[in-house]
Amino acid sequence: MPETVTFFLFAALAVIASLLVIGQRNPMYSVLLLIASFGALSGLYIQLEAPFVAVAQIIIYAGAIMVLFLFVVMLLNAPKEDAAEWDRTHPLRQPGVARWGTLLVGLLIVQLAMALLAVREYHTPVGAQSDATAVNSVAEMGRSIFTRHTFAFEATSILILVAMVGAVVLARREGDQ
Amino acid sequence: MHAAGAVARAARGDGGALMAESLRSTWEWFQPFLRPTVIGVMIFIVFNALIMASAILVLAERKIMGFMQQRYGPYLVGPHGMLQPIADILKLVFKEELRPKGADKWLFTLAPVLSIVTAFVAFATVPFGAETTFFGLLDDPIKLGIADVNVAVLVVFSVTSMGVYGIVLAGWASNSKYSLFGGLRAAAQMISYELAYATSLAAVILLAGSLSLREIVDSQQGSWFGALPQWYLFLQPIGFIIYVIAGVAETNRAPFDFPEAEQELVAGYNTEYSSVRFALFPQAEYINMVTMSAVATDLYLGGWHFPGVPPEYGWIVFLAKVSFFLFVYIWMRWTVPRYRYDQLMMFGWKYLFPASVLNLIATAALVLYLNA
Repeated sequence: MPETVTFFLFAALAVIASLLVIGQRNPMYSVLLLIASFGALSGLYIQLEAPFVAVAQIIIYAGAIMVLFLFVVMLLNAPKEDAAEWDRTHPLRQPGVARWGTLLVGLLIVQLAMALLAVREYHTPVGAQSDATAVNSVAEMGRSIFTRHTFAFEATSILILVAMVGAVVLARREGDQ
Repeated sequence: MHAAGAVARAARGDGGALMAESLRSTWEWFQPFLRPTVIGVMIFIVFNALIMASAILVLAERKIMGFMQQRYGPYLVGPHGMLQPIADILKLVFKEELRPKGADKWLFTLAPVLSIVTAFVAFATVPFGAETTFFGLLDDPIKLGIADVNVAVLVVFSVTSMGVYGIVLAGWASNSKYSLFGGLRAAAQMISYELAYATSLAAVILLAGSLSLREIVDSQQGSWFGALPQWYLFLQPIGFIIYVIAGVAETNRAPFDFPEAEQELVAGYNTEYSSVRFALFPQAEYINMVTMSAVATDLYLGGWHFPGVPPEYGWIVFLAKVSFFLFVYIWMRWTVPRYRYDQLMMFGWKYLFPASVLNLIATAALVLYLNA
């Protein structure tokens, strides 16, 4: 019974905080609400008896990445965010770039689908059982990430790399070509 | 009802045995609540000990500073100035609480609270002694430490890394350029040493094969050749140095006290704060120092183990080691001048982080070689 109460508490907190993140006009509050949402998620992980995942969530997202976010928001020092302008001459909106982008998106979807299917194969009842014990022990978790789930792991890192390249392209100034 | 009956019988003269009977039944009724009560008492003691520690550290800092600068330090309040912290607190409490007009109302109030809460919470998973009965005072020995979590190292790390938000938010919410610079520097500082810090922790975790602080301490029992204690300090000298440097940066102490650099930023992130809200920041800093010292003791100095001392009295050894670390903190502050903050960023990314990664790879290779 107390578990149900805490579950709904954390779940409600996560959902409400996430909704408020996109509802805010002040980027500072958005960042803080996102941290609150991560905190609630980490509470849910603890309920799933995965303390390592819960703590990793706090360390990586709330502790490191959001500090970077906050740093950027403070440097911009923008009290309110402006609506984005639509710019046809932007290098990312040219036809050739768009075609390549579509192809890469298609590839990514295929890869992710393959990764998901590969994961589903292991999720027979017995496999699910061993996965549940795997999240408890850090050693077991490391082993399963680097053996059974290698493909999903590598696909995720490529996704992050794509996001980084995208950020660099977006941040490049007009005169830099 | 029960007690009233017992009293009535006691008045008739056959009370002794019945009183004992009544006490025993109360004791049995209390049994399920015994463990929560013990934990509650422990939390109460640790909470107050941390508050006292911050008061003692304020005095110690000023006394040691005075000693190093060949003067007395505080000397007027109480014998040898011993009551100076109480005078400081009374003065701060009676000051007016100000909030700048353009400040963000909510975040300005939230920031000091966030600082102090993370400082206290971080100590929750730090064990500070083996099982002890306190010189036979207790019937059953208790393990010293509030919560025994199997990922304790990471919990401490995650909570202390949340502490930076208090400083960053204070800097931003004050709506003052000096505060903003202080907050910005805190964020920049944090992202440059945090990686090296985590990597040096990982090397110790590899050696101990556990994420539980209690297990890490217990794996440092005994000694080599009957003389040298088996502390990770001797296996991880580079990791230890990196940990200490990152720990000083984490607690924003000199030579890495950029967020409040008095000579350039007035008082940095806490420029606009006054009264109790202001007092919470230095208090959080001192409590963080105690936590960092306690974790350093657990990770590298064998916690409560010392050759020849029975674990029963381990908490005294632990206290001595933590006090030593705290002295080193103060010693460093009054010896080493402050760096520039771009120097810390360069040092963190170009030297500290590669060194800690190499240390981790070497440790991993060693562990693999020894286990194979």
